[in-house]
Amino acid sequence: MKRKKKKQKNIEIVLVTYLFVFLFISMMGYFVYFVYAKSGEVMNSPYNTRQELLANKVVRGKILSKDGHILAETIIEADGKEVRRYPYAQLFAHAVGYSVKGKMGLEGNANFTLLTSNTFVGEQVKNSMNEKKNIGDNVVSTLDMELQQIAYDSLGIYQGAIIAMEPKTGKILAMVSKPDFDPNQIDSQWEELTKSSEDGVFVNRCTQGLYPPGSTFKMITALEYIRENPSSYLNEHYLCTGQFIQGGNGIRCYRGQAHGDVDLTKAFAKSCNSSFAHMGLSLDRVSFLGTLETLFFNQDLGLPFASNPSQISLNNETTDAQLIQASIGQGTTLMTPIHMAMITSAVANEGKMMKPYLMDHVQTYKGSVIKTYSPESMGQVMDKEEAEALKKLMAEVVETGTGTKLKDALYTSVGKTGSAEYSNKEKGESHAWFTGFAPAQDPQIAVTVIIEKAGSGGDYAVPVAKRLFDAYLN
Amino acid sequence: MIGFISQVSKYIIVLLMAIYTFQCFYVFRHASEEKRKGTYILQNIFMFLLLFLAFAVICVHTQEREILIFFGAQQIILLAILVLYRIIYPLANRLIVNNMCMLLSISFIMLTRLSFERSVKQFKIVILSVMLTIFIPFFISRWKWFKKLTWVYGGLGIAALGVVMFLGSITNGSKLSYTIAGYTFQPSEFVKIIFVFFVAGMLSKSTELLQVLLVSIVASIHIIILVLSKDLGSALIFSVTYIMMLYVASRNFFYLLGGLAAGVGASVLGYSLFAHVRTRIIAWKDPFSVIENQGYQITQSLFAIGTGGWFGMGLYEGAPNKIPVVEADFIFSAISEELGCFFSLCLILICISCFVMFMNIAMQIRNRFYQLVALGLGIVYGFQVFLTIGGVIKFIPLTGVTLPLVSYGGTSVLTTFIMFAIIQGLYIMRKNEG
Repeated sequence: MKRKKKKQKNIEIVLVTYLFVFLFISMMGYFVYFVYAKSGEVMNSPYNTRQELLANKVVRGKILSKDGHILAETIIEADGKEVRRYPYAQLFAHAVGYSVKGKMGLEGNANFTLLTSNTFVGEQVKNSMNEKKNIGDNVVSTLDMELQQIAYDSLGIYQGAIIAMEPKTGKILAMVSKPDFDPNQIDSQWEELTKSSEDGVFVNRCTQGLYPPGSTFKMITALEYIRENPSSYLNEHYLCTGQFIQGGNGIRCYRGQAHGDVDLTKAFAKSCNSSFAHMGLSLDRVSFLGTLETLFFNQDLGLPFASNPSQISLNNETTDAQLIQASIGQGTTLMTPIHMAMITSAVANEGKMMKPYLMDHVQTYKGSVIKTYSPESMGQVMDKEEAEALKKLMAEVVETGTGTKLKDALYTSVGKTGSAEYSNKEKGESHAWFTGFAPAQDPQIAVTVIIEKAGSGGDYAVPVAKRLFDAYLN
Repeated sequence: MIGFISQVSKYIIVLLMAIYTFQCFYVFRHASEEKRKGTYILQNIFMFLLLFLAFAVICVHTQEREILIFFGAQQIILLAILVLYRIIYPLANRLIVNNMCMLLSISFIMLTRLSFERSVKQFKIVILSVMLTIFIPFFISRWKWFKKLTWVYGGLGIAALGVVMFLGSITNGSKLSYTIAGYTFQPSEFVKIIFVFFVAGMLSKSTELLQVLLVSIVASIHIIILVLSKDLGSALIFSVTYIMMLYVASRNFFYLLGGLAAGVGASVLGYSLFAHVRTRIIAWKDPFSVIENQGYQITQSLFAIGTGGWFGMGLYEGAPNKIPVVEADFIFSAISEELGCFFSLCLILICISCFVMFMNIAMQIRNRFYQLVALGLGIVYGFQVFLTIGGVIKFIPLTGVTLPLVSYGGTSVLTTFIMFAIIQGLYIMRKNEG
């Protein structure tokens, strides 16, 4: 009884004590959480200069393809020297990157993850007592060996970029950029590689290359047109004479072809510049800019690898001539292939844009999984109906339009071609674009292809996409 | 061979630390100090083993004879603290004495590894502090006039802080300290203690509204001066200590809520008024966005902690010197990098053990004034630990305070010795009452 009374007397001190103990325990919880879950991400910062320390204790882990092929590994030579080896040389140059003379690609992103060992504590204790290095964790990428090889071979001697990704997750299945380099030879060829800055071998054209999107941009013009004319967009007609002239400024359809009487579906399928210019002029500049901003134009995409923002200039002061150019993806508009792939994937994914990523999971060298990366949404960039409407337009491209080379397949694919004109071009030259996905009903793979100075998208880019679709879906 | 020794000892050090920490809480199983004796002696043994191992590693790495001599001197001073307290104050709380020595040991190890010169300087201050504070428990437990000086404490506190602010304004806000004979004194550290005495004196007299208003005004003057001197850490410690003491003294829950609300309000105001408050918040929310300047320290600290992982890199195997002011504000990060997360968690637990013991003592004291003093000093200690560790691990914004007894810094060590000694005195006083 007396004891109880005494306790009551000091209830305030007890409460204060509990309050502080609670603060301390929260702090310890955060500390453990940081060391366990957050530190890896923080340590991968390029500002962290402690990598030599870790490299003294850990043998850098491997980078694997999603199906287990070794893309990068550290070999310990007879004299104890560690050498980083890339068995597939150029094939994964930009995606996997390199780790001498700075870091690039996955080697850069996962730098500290690779230099961390999460093997069983007992083994680490044993290793450290024997002055042996621990074996670093392996990073299993999302890259698909077969697709990467096909994409690489398809690009051949051309410069350009090819991306394949899973539209529902954002997993990058293939990422090829040319011109390329052999990451095994960075040290020996460094001067040569950096001297040829004109070709920019280290530039990952998939994420950093800025290209005029050409007719692939019509997906976005069409989206804005559907938004502004939700009930009537399928009913409008236009008579194409092969060119469109407005106040002294004119544009022509590809090779001056007259498409005759077209509605939106046909104009999109045949990639009729004249009718899109006409359509573009009817659009509200402010609303159009809003749509472009939700699609992440003029913004950093926040990707886990070096990338450039796509550029478009559109505002109230935009002249009609500029708006016409913008509507058909020419003029000053520039896009990165990855951004095009993201928008295409959003159409496939009922309007939800997924953040592309290359790291699937991290595992110890013995194979037990340490951390799995999950898909991350960047938001609903168009609504479900709009995505469905765009998909129908893109289906017609394959069915009757510029993408008919995709028609003869066991699956149905949809997409949009582009033959983008670029500055200083030789007459008749264009970049060949294709962006699309398959199967139409249940999209498994989205592909974006750009082949520099190849010609028309329908002739050069579409067959590449078909090879990738065939390999992945059959 | 060097690698082998430092690696084996790395794990043994963590193990010793874990056992010691376990015992800090295990002693609470027994109610009487008599039954705790065995555990206390074991704690001392583990502490000396840990110190020995760590210095073995340091010796192997530096290969210098000075280290051996220094290590010997440290053993002697630690042993002296333990023995002196045992002889002079048989009634003293031995858990607090043990923890004090353990924290000092950790400090010796880390400072010697970081900078031999600074470690020696710190060691001299520790000796001085021991000599200055060894009789404080005696005075506290005998002399009864401490309570009568209430207004002297208040006046002295404001005067000391005011002078610092005045000098600080001359040197453009960089001067929070005086340097005498190569040693730097930071008055706000001492003022913490007399502030606690002032508040305890006032509130033990009465907690009528008028009295509360009066104390609040004086407390606010302290805090405002500190904010204006850009000493945010101290301002926070003063505020929290005051709110907690007011709550316990008045037993009025609304003072706690009101005080916390006022604290939040003042923080928001401070955020909008002062640029130096804003930069700290920005550096906390996204240090990588300002990594070139304000975010530099905290990111280096996080890199260090992350590099250390669970078991640490081992002494001399990390790079803690990459963190600016690592010996003072960021000693916890250096410990985490080289001795590991498990060791650091044990360190936090030892600090919690001290704090809980302080609160326990406060609870047992019947005299209101002394009870509030014990409580206030406990809060000052506990909150400072929370601010510094929470800051360097990015749990809360950085405030730039030291980890008591572990960080480099003369005033900090001396002040903490005084606080621990006062609490010992109060404990002994309570024991004498029977």
